[in-house]
Amino acid sequence: MAWDLLLPAVLDGLTNGAVYALVALGLTLIYGVLHIINFAHGSLLMLALYAAYFLYSLLGISPYAALPILMPAFFALGYGVQRWIVAPASHGREQNVLMITLGLAIVLDNLALYAFTSTTRSIDLPLAGESIDFGVAVIGVPKLIACAGALLLAGALWLMLARTDLGRAIRAVAREPEGARLVGIRVERIYAITFGIGTACVAASACLLLPSFYVTPQVGYAFVLIAFTTVVLGGMGSLPGALLAGLLLGVIEAVSGLYLGESLGQLGIYAVFILILLFRPTGLFGARAA
Amino acid sequence: MLLEVEGLSAGYGALAVLRGIDLSVEPGEVVAVLGANGAGKTTLNRVLSGLLRPTAGRVRFAGEDITGADPAAIVARGLIHVPEGRRIFPDLSVRETLELGSYRRARNRRASNLERVFTLFPRLRERARQAGGTLSGGEQQMLAIGRGLMAEPLLLILDEPSLGLSPLLVEEMFALIATLRAAGPAILIVEQNVVQSLLAATRGYVLENGTMALAGDAAALLDDPDLRKTYLGL
Ligand SMILES: Nc1ncnc2c1ncn2[C@@H]1O[C@H](COP(=O)(O)OP(=O)(O)O)[C@@H](O)[C@H]1O
Ligand SMILES: [Mg+2]
Repeated sequence: MAWDLLLPAVLDGLTNGAVYALVALGLTLIYGVLHIINFAHGSLLMLALYAAYFLYSLLGISPYAALPILMPAFFALGYGVQRWIVAPASHGREQNVLMITLGLAIVLDNLALYAFTSTTRSIDLPLAGESIDFGVAVIGVPKLIACAGALLLAGALWLMLARTDLGRAIRAVAREPEGARLVGIRVERIYAITFGIGTACVAASACLLLPSFYVTPQVGYAFVLIAFTTVVLGGMGSLPGALLAGLLLGVIEAVSGLYLGESLGQLGIYAVFILILLFRPTGLFGARAA
Repeated sequence: MLLEVEGLSAGYGALAVLRGIDLSVEPGEVVAVLGANGAGKTTLNRVLSGLLRPTAGRVRFAGEDITGADPAAIVARGLIHVPEGRRIFPDLSVRETLELGSYRRARNRRASNLERVFTLFPRLRERARQAGGTLSGGEQQMLAIGRGLMAEPLLLILDEPSLGLSPLLVEEMFALIATLRAAGPAILIVEQNVVQSLLAATRGYVLENGTMALAGDAAALLDDPDLRKTYLGL
């Protein structure tokens, strides 16, 4: 295969991968801190895509302008879901949490199907058709914005976790909740805040995705599968792992799409997934087994 | 009176561990709580710091009723519990862990208190950037105590601080308790080292069958024939 085909595919894959990484960061953060697998993650992404879609089509607010609105709104939604649905219904049992987030996903998906029908919707931003020529490859402006935005948000998330008291409290609660209580951290609140941050990541992903993507009630599934693969590949609960794995999967998808045809691009992702599980089940960064 | 406990009962489900405990601590005192393994010493500490709700009784601290209050509210008032098993945050650095010690209390004096803790434990200063989970047992115990001191405790509860330490480190631990005592906070120490903790303490209590079987001045307890027979095999 010639370089002049491969290089554009790799760059295109990196731009997709950055958004995969952002979706997966939310999922892996929630897993790492609450030790639950949020099956509603994809459905929340779908919900955020619809929110961004209607903000644009009804009010003319571009998804980029909607980002600072939808992130706090979805933070609040995630906070509430954890505090008032997941936590009270779980009674501390993992299998309950599994059923609750799965149930939530089913309810959200079907409500969306009922309210919005299965029509595929997309928006036409004025800048959607514009692209930048990098010499080796031509990449659409929305994809570049999505990639830069996702990387910036990942960096901001990392800074928050490393440098602020809230971030340290989140990391303390993740591994030692009782020790955290003894320094006066309200653990239930940290759980809800973490779920909120994970959900805000989803909202940001939706705003960055929509200009170059579409929304249907089922759209979450495609992403949630990639997100799960990313999280496992990166090592459950590892943020740098999720970031690298997301970028890697984007590239693998684009390159295998080049060889197998675009519709089979995701096949490459699952082949890698199976290989990883066979040879390195804790993922690339999984120092501790999940 | 700094801490006043009256008729305190607590347990786990149907298991009643504490059955009507009375206990008090004055400002500046060092009080030892002794008792066999499984007597309920840790359970008592967990109730005092709000990790476990009592089924009956009252806890007053620094003039306020804190019965059934949540741990964050209790930490905010200055009752700090350094738990059995240390409960160190494994992937936070020593410095980050100490800084989190002032998450709820004394946050605006974080820098000066950090300097104080580093002066008390030079070892922690050397390891400031190292992750808590990679420290030795003795260093983790220093870190747990340092984390507690960052909140400027009025009462510091130490649950088996010498557990799992080498004899030399146990000596150091009791020397440290003497140093801490001079520095201010009242200390409630739970220990299996009966003689050493009574030597370090002003008063002591002996927990048996869910109640305080013995209480008194540390010196008097050291001479008590029953206690000598049960705990010292003399
Ligand atoms: N989380 C728990 N659930 C049920 N029983 C417990 C729990 N923790 C302690 N116990 C029981 O309560 C009793 C007192 O334990 P503990 O307070 O840890 O004693 P001590 O600290 O004096 O050794 C023991 O019989 C112990 O088995
Ligand atoms: Mg104990």
